[in-house]
Amino acid sequence: MTRDTSYQAVMARRNEIMKTSMGLDYDVYRQGEIAFDYERMMNDCGFTLADIIRIQAETKVGNTPMFELHNLTRAVRKISAPGKGARIFLKDEAANASGSFKARRASISAYVAAQKGYKGVIAATSGNYGAAVASQAAQRGLRCIIVQEVFDSHGIGQPEIVEKGRKCEAFGAEVIKLSVGPELFYYLLLTLEETGYFNASLYTPFGIKGVESLGNELVMQIRNIAGKDPDAVVVTHAGGGNLTGTARGMLAAGCQAQIVACSVDLSGLHMASDHDFNRKSFTTGHTGFGVPFATWPDRVDVPRNAARSMRYMDDYVLVNQGEVFYITELLAKLEGIERGPAGNTSVTGAVALAREMNEDQIIVVQETEYTGAGKHHNSQLAFARKMGIEVRRGNPEEGVNGKSIVIPEHLSQVKGRRQDMEKLRISYLKNAAKQLAPDRWSAVDRDFVAADVKKDLKWLDSALKEV
Amino acid sequence: MSKIQAGTWVEIEKILLTPDQRAPQVPEDTRATPYIMKVAGFLAADADVGSEVEVKTLSGRKVSGTLKVVRPHYEHSFGETVEELLNIGLGGEL
Repeated sequence: MTRDTSYQAVMARRNEIMKTSMGLDYDVYRQGEIAFDYERMMNDCGFTLADIIRIQAETKVGNTPMFELHNLTRAVRKISAPGKGARIFLKDEAANASGSFKARRASISAYVAAQKGYKGVIAATSGNYGAAVASQAAQRGLRCIIVQEVFDSHGIGQPEIVEKGRKCEAFGAEVIKLSVGPELFYYLLLTLEETGYFNASLYTPFGIKGVESLGNELVMQIRNIAGKDPDAVVVTHAGGGNLTGTARGMLAAGCQAQIVACSVDLSGLHMASDHDFNRKSFTTGHTGFGVPFATWPDRVDVPRNAARSMRYMDDYVLVNQGEVFYITELLAKLEGIERGPAGNTSVTGAVALAREMNEDQIIVVQETEYTGAGKHHNSQLAFARKMGIEVRRGNPEEGVNGKSIVIPEHLSQVKGRRQDMEKLRISYLKNAAKQLAPDRWSAVDRDFVAADVKKDLKWLDSALKEV
Repeated sequence: MSKIQAGTWVEIEKILLTPDQRAPQVPEDTRATPYIMKVAGFLAADADVGSEVEVKTLSGRKVSGTLKVVRPHYEHSFGETVEELLNIGLGGEL
């Protein structure tokens, strides 16, 4: 029988395809029109933290180093008020098998796929996750297909994306390269249907559980080094899985540190635009993912997203492209380590925040990623220039996304800026209201929505007046 | 030009959706273009560049499309030197 492969027909079969490709029935967690039993869904996957750590150790994941960035801390103190300038630490997640924390996220999915007898795994991603799935699949004896958005209508792919595709192939994966557009999900569904492989989605409970080990390790390491808990942890934020998993792992370790999201501000650029595609110098960790996923997590390739960042987020700092490029270069020159853009986004956020914190406080950057040809700030800037974008030194606030990148002249110009958390929460409520009018929400829906934005019912009632 | 031999590592291209078949939420500039897929694999039978062919991919799938590139390879690099970066971290910023 030939199946209808039109966009509409495939999208209409999405629930059926998802169920088959994960062996997971999301319907059982449904509690109301909006609410579902999040904790039960997370617990049902059946892995304790000890299980996760054991499974990850089998495939070269976890137990990554924690470094104190003494020179960067000293530099920040020089531009801060007396007594200010927190100690900055960096968790070197580039040491995981595929060169990023995403190995944690892929490890449990690959383990489950092998246990359940799937022959292969598929993931739709433009990022490090593809390489992570490919690396984990290789170690578990599974075939792997990565579906990746790579090129614009002129056939041009920006260097970082090209490098990420190369790395997937290096681990033996088939890489399906697609032009710009949200139909990536359509083709993912078609490929899942064709192959019968496991859907190693970024947003399943397996993916998020895998990151809990990072949060736990981080707390243990800081306690060991400093004899106390960190005061703040900065997480580069895109889809929300990094933040959610890390925060859950920290909470499991009894740590109450502030969880701060950090994204590169790419406002003004459309994520599904063919024209804008090659005019952004960051492929992830930016507001194009960070804001929509925070304010409505369920816009993903699974029925309910296990990455629910607003449940755990205390603060959200934005940095611009020029600031991150400056800090990336500074990290190499002051600390003697070259690392890729994702972790350096939160290093930039940490520099901005450390200036406001006291000297005896501790701020942790919870990830780094590998760097190399294509995935490097010099590659990105040289490419941006070729695409007609002005690159110069100056006040980074003068940079206009898609037109110019202004690299700071001085560390004191690295300031970041805060997102209004209240505005994000209201935006979440508006998205929830699109599912069902708030006056029709049941008690369980109301409890769920309040918890999903880390607030109580009193706040909810008052905030709903604005929606 | 001689035919490309069966078994050669090649890249094919295929239009998955024409502009009028694209998803409703796609912005206008993207909608003006077809949705295209490229994938590499081993050529099933001798063929000319530009002809319709079938390949066997690394996962073992058989996919058909237009033969575009013979022995595709990577050329991405660190890019031309960006001089604006060179003096960062040498003391001037503090």
